[in-house]
Amino acid sequence: MIAQLIEYMQYPFVVYAMVVGCLIALCSSLLGVTLVLKRFSFIGDGLSHVAFGALAIASVLKMSNQMLLILPITIISAVLLLRSGQRRQIKGDAALAMISVGALAFGYLIMNVFSTSSNLSGDVCSTLFGSTSILTLTGQQVAMCAGLSIAVIILYVLMYNKIFSVTFDEDFARATGTRADLYNLIIAIVIAVIIVVAMSLVGALLISALVVFPALSAMRLERSFRSVTICSAIISVVCALLGIIISILAGTPVGSTIVAIDVLAFLVCWIAGKAIGRTA
Amino acid sequence: MALLQVENLAVGYESVPVARDISFALDPGDYLCIVGENGSGKTTLMKTLLGLQDPLAGTIRMGEGVARDEIGYLPQQTQIQRDFPASVREVVLSGCQAKAGLRPFYNRQDKETAARNMERMGIADLADRCYRDLSGGQQQRVLLARALCAAEKILLLDEPVSGLDPRVTAEMYQLIRRLNEEGIAIIMISHDIDEALSFASHILHIGKQVFFGTKEEFLKSPEGRRFIGWEGGSAE
Ligand SMILES: Nc1ncnc2c1ncn2[C@@H]1O[C@H](COP(=O)(O)OP(=O)(O)OP(=O)(O)O)[C@@H](O)[C@H]1O
Ligand SMILES: [Mg+2]
Repeated sequence: MIAQLIEYMQYPFVVYAMVVGCLIALCSSLLGVTLVLKRFSFIGDGLSHVAFGALAIASVLKMSNQMLLILPITIISAVLLLRSGQRRQIKGDAALAMISVGALAFGYLIMNVFSTSSNLSGDVCSTLFGSTSILTLTGQQVAMCAGLSIAVIILYVLMYNKIFSVTFDEDFARATGTRADLYNLIIAIVIAVIIVVAMSLVGALLISALVVFPALSAMRLERSFRSVTICSAIISVVCALLGIIISILAGTPVGSTIVAIDVLAFLVCWIAGKAIGRTA
Repeated sequence: MALLQVENLAVGYESVPVARDISFALDPGDYLCIVGENGSGKTTLMKTLLGLQDPLAGTIRMGEGVARDEIGYLPQQTQIQRDFPASVREVVLSGCQAKAGLRPFYNRQDKETAARNMERMGIADLADRCYRDLSGGQQQRVLLARALCAAEKILLLDEPVSGLDPRVTAEMYQLIRRLNEEGIAIIMISHDIDEALSFASHILHIGKQVFFGTKEEFLKSPEGRRFIGWEGGSAE
């Protein structure tokens, strides 16, 4: 098996796929804590459905670079959802449910009606659950994902302390003059970018898992914001790498393999957390 | 030049006022105590002063040269998520956030400010502990240390001693007084009328009748007499 892996690693595109997979896993884990604690996780879920709808449109339009359509649509939805969610919780939730289910239905409808592809259910399946193999990503997709991931990581590092303040106690931050609205907006945009990028790795339906599980796992083990962030990044990257390797060797679909390993990692962390007496 | 000038302010929720006709001024070095019964709108007033909610009527003017990031704030209750992973050091440092502006990281000076304020509040040994594992009183001190990191000109405190034991309460008042002597204007909501009357320079009483004036004026006013009798009676 090792020999087989080494053989695969001879091909540059396999290595690129792994690098990109790890970058995506890293950046999607970063905002996990914020997402979980700010109750933004439902926004993440809704946005992934929006991204799916946008992808359907893009694929029907036969755009050569689908991201150019998906990214703006998802970012705009993120900003709108954040606005509505801030004003009134219940209305925000209902609007969100409508948008997310609507986008899912329309996306599938559009693909079904307009698609000329011979393998429609295969296409739909791979947009929902990720490409069957990470090796099918095109060179352009790989470059785009890598670029966006690195941008997200840099932005996150620069904004780390501000994200902490706004997540921990928004009122205090606002009262003492931190521009909370601006940072919330940036967080929403970053979440949208992460979702679009992660969609190419794990598909629309599994993104939330990729974002939320590593953070939840790390919160079982660590107690400070910084150590939780670092720990969740490590967990996410290790799980992604393992998932990609297993999927290449065993021929399993890459997205669900990674998520399955994330779930296993969560169980391990949960037990370990109990064992060291950190009930949270 | 007043730090804060409030005129005919009405505060409340969803355009229903809970307190109205509030006017007062805060000068540098003042120690203003806000008193009033439960539910009279003290916390609402403080949130309005901080810009967390809009006034229903009236005006709040900040003195020239007072910026938002020179104000410290200790909330009465925080909606901090119960399971938020954060160390005490991280929480206290976040008080320096607004001052950092667009600078992405805390500098040495910020870290020294945080360390000094943790020392002041007697929580230096808790620096690496997780905030959510602390007792209520310890958490209160962490939040006060955070407020101190932000406060340069004005410190707003909403019932700063609730949940503290007598020794720490006395220390807390001592500390607030020292800060005041160092030149920071204090606005404090308190139910501790004895403390309010012994250290405050001004009293704002809100309720059906709003009173604002110096401590001496308050003691002579009808609101003051009634309030002291009422509070004193219930406190013993
Ligand atoms: N978020 C809210 N929405 C609507 N009404 C509110 C809200 N928060 C408080 N109130 C109401 O506003 C009134 C004033 O509340 P506030 O918290 O300002 O009182 P307080 O003077 O601080 O009381 P306490 O001494 O108990 O802290 C109360 O009647 C309360 O029910
Ligand atoms: Mg109150």
